[in-house]
Amino acid sequence: MTVKEIFETMDYGPAPESAKEALSWIADRDGKFGLYIGGKMTAPGDLFDSKNPATGEVLAQLTQATPDDVDAAVSAARKAQRKWAALSGHERAKYLYALARLVQKHSRLFAVLETLDNGKPIRESRDIDIPLVARHFYYHAGMAQLQDAELPDREALGVCGQIIPWNFPLLMLSWKIAPAIAMGNAVVLKPAEYTSLTALLFAQICEEAGLPKGVVNIVTGDGRVGEAIVTHEEVDKIAFTGSTEVGRVIRRETAGSGKSLTLELGGKSPYIVFDDADLDSAVEGLVDAIWFNQGQVCCAGSRLIVQEGIADRFYAKLRARMDKLRMGDPLDKSIDVGAVVDPVQHKRITELVDAGAGDGELYQAPCPIPTAGCFYPPTLITGLSPASSLMQEEIFGPVLAATTFRTPAEAVEIANNTRYGLAATVWSENVNLTLDIAPKLASGVVWVNGTNMFDAAAGFGGVRESGFGREGGWEGLQAYTKPRGAVKALKPIAAFPAPKEAKVDALDRTAKFYIGGKQARPDGGYSQAVWSKQGDLLGHVGVANRKDIRNAVEAAHTAAGWSKTTGHLRAQILYYIGENLSARSGEFAARIDAMIGGRNGAKEVDAAISRLFTYAAWADKYDGAAKPVPMRGVALAMHEPVGVIGGFCPDEAPLLGLVSMMAPSIAMGNRVVLAASEPFPLAATDFYQVLDTSDVPAGVVNIVTGNHAELAAPLAGHLGVDAVWTQSGADISAIVEGESAGNLKRTWVNNAKARDWFGPAGEGREFLAHATEVKTIWVPYGE
Amino acid sequence: MQSEQTSTRTSKRDRDTAQLPQVTPARNPGMALDMNWVRAVQANTSAIERRCATLPGRRSVKKEHQAAWLLKAITMIDLTTLAGDDTPGRVRRLCAKAAHPVRPEIMQALGVDAITTGAVCVYHDMIPTAVETLKHMGVSLPVAAVSTGFPAGLSPYHLRVEEIRESVRAGASEIDIVISRQHVLTGNWQALYDEMRDFREACGDAHVKAILATGELGSLRNVARASLVCMMAGADFIKTSTGKESVNATLPVSLVMIRAIRDYYEATGYQVGYKPAGGISKAKDALTYLALIKEELGDDWLTPELFRFGASSLLGDIERQLEHHVTGHYSATYRHPMG
Repeated sequence: MTVKEIFETMDYGPAPESAKEALSWIADRDGKFGLYIGGKMTAPGDLFDSKNPATGEVLAQLTQATPDDVDAAVSAARKAQRKWAALSGHERAKYLYALARLVQKHSRLFAVLETLDNGKPIRESRDIDIPLVARHFYYHAGMAQLQDAELPDREALGVCGQIIPWNFPLLMLSWKIAPAIAMGNAVVLKPAEYTSLTALLFAQICEEAGLPKGVVNIVTGDGRVGEAIVTHEEVDKIAFTGSTEVGRVIRRETAGSGKSLTLELGGKSPYIVFDDADLDSAVEGLVDAIWFNQGQVCCAGSRLIVQEGIADRFYAKLRARMDKLRMGDPLDKSIDVGAVVDPVQHKRITELVDAGAGDGELYQAPCPIPTAGCFYPPTLITGLSPASSLMQEEIFGPVLAATTFRTPAEAVEIANNTRYGLAATVWSENVNLTLDIAPKLASGVVWVNGTNMFDAAAGFGGVRESGFGREGGWEGLQAYTKPRGAVKALKPIAAFPAPKEAKVDALDRTAKFYIGGKQARPDGGYSQAVWSKQGDLLGHVGVANRKDIRNAVEAAHTAAGWSKTTGHLRAQILYYIGENLSARSGEFAARIDAMIGGRNGAKEVDAAISRLFTYAAWADKYDGAAKPVPMRGVALAMHEPVGVIGGFCPDEAPLLGLVSMMAPSIAMGNRVVLAASEPFPLAATDFYQVLDTSDVPAGVVNIVTGNHAELAAPLAGHLGVDAVWTQSGADISAIVEGESAGNLKRTWVNNAKARDWFGPAGEGREFLAHATEVKTIWVPYGE
Repeated sequence: MQSEQTSTRTSKRDRDTAQLPQVTPARNPGMALDMNWVRAVQANTSAIERRCATLPGRRSVKKEHQAAWLLKAITMIDLTTLAGDDTPGRVRRLCAKAAHPVRPEIMQALGVDAITTGAVCVYHDMIPTAVETLKHMGVSLPVAAVSTGFPAGLSPYHLRVEEIRESVRAGASEIDIVISRQHVLTGNWQALYDEMRDFREACGDAHVKAILATGELGSLRNVARASLVCMMAGADFIKTSTGKESVNATLPVSLVMIRAIRDYYEATGYQVGYKPAGGISKAKDALTYLALIKEELGDDWLTPELFRFGASSLLGDIERQLEHHVTGHYSATYRHPMG
């Protein structure tokens, strides 16, 4: 076109970013890549193609790592880790700082390579992904620097296996590697097989930074490589970002292995627009929510929920905005929507939309679709209902599903009507409304009047089937550290057997379950006797079955109001429980002594009263934080209750153990279903009388007795339970972790290791962290 | 509630004239002051700033396209001199530059016919000089005059209205009025509407640009509301600034104003023009503004009938960029004739 013609049409024309440097970086390596193990690139092995999704052309050939390769990488990491962790925080900070600087120095090469490999627009890789990568290394250089002073009680986990997805290849690498190595871990990272090139370039900058060999290892290949990492015995922790489906498999495969696990999985994040919102800005927000990275974002605002009165106007504005979106060559600087990552994804998106769009009205951006490559147009489907498949299933493409609501309460109800809980967006100019809604949304992140905002200082991660664990901020370091010090094996304790000649008190006493504030008989109608060491019959307790668990969980759900009470109120109730326990301390001490034998009962009762006071104290003091994110606004990290927590109490301390699990949970606003000490259950059943007299609302604390090994599956498998803890003497960690995969609830298991319930390990921040979720609420402001 | 209001504002003009081809946009006749609409207006500053911050990264215009866009930008410039030391000689020079903004050999190399700027913009006293100069040169170029006690707009009301009439009589075909900022700051939208109505009426056939002095309005919400009220009262253009405020045209203010223009168009069918003024001095900024207009309002607005830059030094930077495009070498200021 001539200047004269363009003067009339005012078209944009092409504005291509050059791929020359990135392609010659690949060519300089003969287009064939090995693995990065122990600080060296291995010779290329069994090769597979890595393609440019925008053209379908082969960019490079990558090595499919073998189990032996994974073994070598884990060994290299193991070999490097101890020395690495032994360096001072400052020494490690210097390496992370160098990595941050090197990412910045090679920023354009990283950006172009990412766009070639992944298909995302160069604007995004250049202006969003790569700057966030550098930011993550800077931030965690600081964490390494502060580790010795600020985290003296925690230490590195060891070797971390990290498996990352293809949607933000280098960014997810940085989210995984930066905190891990900052804290003194060594890593074996597997990038997605579609998008491994920037990880291999990262391997090069690890060399340029002089990072000690083996601290970072990168192995490429498909899911088989991931599986080899997940099941490797020498790996201490698995961090996975990817689909909920694969996350579930990993949860099952690692169950009982003692590996730490964090999962950042799928989502179907709600995007709520109230009628007093700045509608044009909310429309623009959707461009960043669902047409960012072709919608291939785990936290994409993919469910639009609009107030009914403005819906038509909003949809009209949205369609007009869609008309302006430009799709095409991702290397073009004026492109909004690039290519989806692979034909497999394109097919999946097409099928989901074709199957579900009939429920509503389909609108697709009229932008021309390039003939070559994997392009799917920006899509909006209005008039859907929560029952529509497009409102429930994660599509992972540029497809927005929309419905309407009438009231704020209904908006929350629709938003929370999902198995996922990663992120949520709320648009309203009313600060009362937004700050009321944000805590009610079931999600790990809430954005107010904005969307897809990320920063290294702000925790990111989900609830429900979006996974568990946080990345970023101080809370993110929990995932890469553990309490310092050695742990001892837990000795199982058996109940005292029935004597040959029973000594029986004439008056029969039958302890029941405590469910929904009432005493309940066992559903199965079975009871068992509790004997003292000397053969005295101390009483009978019910034997709970899966229906008793069901009833207890049901009761816990009806007590949802507890989660909305103030910390001050919960503190008063915890003090009151302590007061009432104190009034009956003699009786409890005698009971404990009778069950266990010995004379420790009084000490245990005192410790339990103290513990109640500890969590009464914490109830209104476990503060959140205001994160200094780089924008005009605030990112609030709020501690929220997990929900319904199931717990298997320690056997050895029948009262103190129960209180140690109950008190932090209810102090933070959770409701609990607790299985009492299996050999010594009567302290727990006596204790419900204390609860009854202490103003504890019905359903907040539910207590059952019975066989832990039998109750582990029904409780950990219950889809309405949000977390399960076991400190049981029965070795049920594998069952709890395995069964938790159903709804990917959080677990906290003892792996048959002992804990000193009388000492500092028996209480404090570790318990509080397990009893809370960190929700990050982003509130940009400014008038 | 708001959607009902919208539906009652369905485009009357579309119904009346949809079948007629529109060569130039029909003048905005204004409408009754709709306070429900004005009060419902929202502008979220952070979100607006984000959109503006990312826009230059989302749209890039290169090579021939850049040259064409820059030429288009020249045709939209209200080449301006508004200084106390303006003289007839200075104004004649400005008019000559407006009539021949780019060196002819550069235009030839670009293969584009001669262009002019959008208008020249002067104080009342300089209107006759400008009109005569342009006439003498045989160039039909509008002369715009700032009016109504520019820049503060605090002279006696009847004199402000009379000033408009005087300027129109003197030959100005465009009048850039300043609104009373106090009406915005005190929320007296009726007073703003009435004032604008009077100014529009005084303009007669001359087009009226309403200068909001956005740097003095305190918030983007106020900018949005003032934009809407001025359009309801019949403004042909809404304009950011006098150039005399400490903050003049910015992208966020522009985004708010053009979104107001878009809403007004959707409701009434009338296209109101937009003029950012003050502080736009780089060719690159001009490209960003044009992209903003193209994205938010559409190609219809990429015409001097509906978009102007109020600028004095922008042209010089554009000329240098054009020479760079033609020669492949970076240019120097002195190579281009001054205005």
